[in-house]
Amino acid sequence: MDAAGSDASPDPAPPAPPSTPTNGAEMLPRRRFFSRLSTAVSAAAAVIVGVPFIGFLVAPLVRRVPREWRAVGPVDRFAVGETVSVTFQDASPLPWSGVTARTAAWLRRTEDGGFTAFSVNCTHLGCPVQWIADARLFLCPCHGGVYNADGTVAAGPPPRPLGEYPVRVRSGRVEILTSPIPFA
Amino acid sequence: MSRLLAWLDDRTGLVTWTRHALEHPVPPRTGWWYVFGSATLIAFLLQVVTGIALATAYVPASGQAYESLRFISEQALMGRFLRGMHYFGASAMMLLIGIHVARTYLMAAYKYPRELNWLSGAVLLLLTIALAFTGQLLRWDQTAVWSVIVAAAQAGKVPVIGTDLARFVLAGDTVGGATLSRFFAFHVFFIPALVFLLIGLHLLLVLRHGISERPRLGQPVEEATYRARYDAMLRSEGVPFWPDAAWRDAVFGAAVVAVIAILAVIVGPPELGRPPDPSILQAYPRPDWYFLWYFAVLALTPTSLETFIIVVAPLVFGAILLLVPLSNTGERSVRRRPWAPLLVIAIVTVIVSFWIAGAQAKWSPDFAATPLPAEVVHDTSAAVVEGARLFHSKGCEFCHQIAGHGGERGPDLSNVASRLTSQGIALQITNGGPNMPAYARSLTPDEVQALVAFLSTRK
Ligand code: FES
Repeated sequence: MDAAGSDASPDPAPPAPPSTPTNGAEMLPRRRFFSRLSTAVSAAAAVIVGVPFIGFLVAPLVRRVPREWRAVGPVDRFAVGETVSVTFQDASPLPWSGVTARTAAWLRRTEDGGFTAFSVNCTHLGCPVQWIADARLFLCPCHGGVYNADGTVAAGPPPRPLGEYPVRVRSGRVEILTSPIPFA
Repeated sequence: MSRLLAWLDDRTGLVTWTRHALEHPVPPRTGWWYVFGSATLIAFLLQVVTGIALATAYVPASGQAYESLRFISEQALMGRFLRGMHYFGASAMMLLIGIHVARTYLMAAYKYPRELNWLSGAVLLLLTIALAFTGQLLRWDQTAVWSVIVAAAQAGKVPVIGTDLARFVLAGDTVGGATLSRFFAFHVFFIPALVFLLIGLHLLLVLRHGISERPRLGQPVEEATYRARYDAMLRSEGVPFWPDAAWRDAVFGAAVVAVIAILAVIVGPPELGRPPDPSILQAYPRPDWYFLWYFAVLALTPTSLETFIIVVAPLVFGAILLLVPLSNTGERSVRRRPWAPLLVIAIVTVIVSFWIAGAQAKWSPDFAATPLPAEVVHDTSAAVVEGARLFHSKGCEFCHQIAGHGGERGPDLSNVASRLTSQGIALQITNGGPNMPAYARSLTPDEVQALVAFLSTRK
């Protein structure tokens, strides 16, 4: 676009260029052709630049990240009934992600021997909820949302229960399936 | 020297143009009300200069930005000062553009023929807000990470395309390596380029239509007569912009720069919080002061209105901004437009009260609350002491105060027994309310008994 713009601008076109015959009845179509040609090639150039620009910016919308099972520790490290935060890596972190590739979940070993992994993201606006063990509640620091131990909303602004990650046990290790942050 | 200038003018025309721009006649007695636009521009230029300096050392990568900021703040020569300037420069720009918009609106300077001055300014206002938001995120600490997530969550509330928008904000499924770089690109290239373009247009329009004269009662703007009247006024009493009016812009602008520099030295840049690690859950994200009022809006909005406030209200605000110059003729004086100051006062009052609410953030549980000391409990019977212990351990104290200890989300319970009977207290604890969990499930009857025993002593 820029190139086309600066090509067009430098010379202010005199009303009647000397090279133009004054009786240019048949020159008019030629002039119209040039003007259409210039507009068309400029538009084409703009598209050549614009498509990759926009495509690159919206790429995250189409790029589907694979979901991975991530081990968060041996089964017997988790006491039955307790809820603790566990940390794991995102699915396919970029080499320069550093600590931002880390994610946490609230993991509980349930009475029946299974595991539940709650998302740490408040369903109101995504802030990190904290588990208050004695009160058996999740509390959100941002706007005071409260969740029961089972993730259902107990009070405050959150519209939905806490999200959950799929969890499984493989060869004595607890594994969590990486998932997108659950936005409604 | 003058031959060089003449040569330059012959080849570029710039000298004549600049002289013309500087000496063009402006209305007399414009006064100090007219300095805020140029001061906003000066604040923006300051941002450009300090921003370029910071960008030479900042690493716009999710994993390294934090360390590079540490380096800038703690080791780089003048780094702390530059960060401070950039922060207070941003604050100044937000404040000044706000005042400039209010001034323009109050004096109805948007009326014929300056409608596009207003519109280009409105877009500049939105771009400034975008710069402030993206800039705050580049201070890539824990708060920044959670601010991105909160922003994505808000985008997620948009019907139909919400999830895609949220992914666009995060540049992926979660915060990660791709998140920061695009905010950096928007903050330092894309938005500033648009700002430069629009400032150019804005200034061109100011030169084309002239600075608006002070409104006069009983002199309505009419398309047929305004220009002739304005030109006649300039011919009879106009003064050259430079230096008759420009000196105020220079003095005020220099004062703005001086204040920013002083604050940068004395107060310094905002502290870097914890590292941008989303797995550190002890976080208390809150935005910089200029967005604190919106943080309060989000906290205080009832759930039923949420989508409206988050999605529709900004659109309505934008639409109103764009529609203002529709009333482009008629009286400019505030005395004939009494709603104008009322509207400005209303907006300022609403923002300031939300701002105060945001600064106090009473809706946030006080995670730092410590067990009530014995002298506050002052009853030594076993049930009461146990109740006081539970009051802390069960989380009541995060939201309720007793004798100044605890959070402020719920009512102060210092004198609860003078409002509620023991039965009422028990009911409230077990059943909860819209902002209080029902404790029936998480407390044994004995524990409820003990809590009631304790709270019944608070008369
Ligand atoms: S983000 Fe949790 S209550 Fe608002």
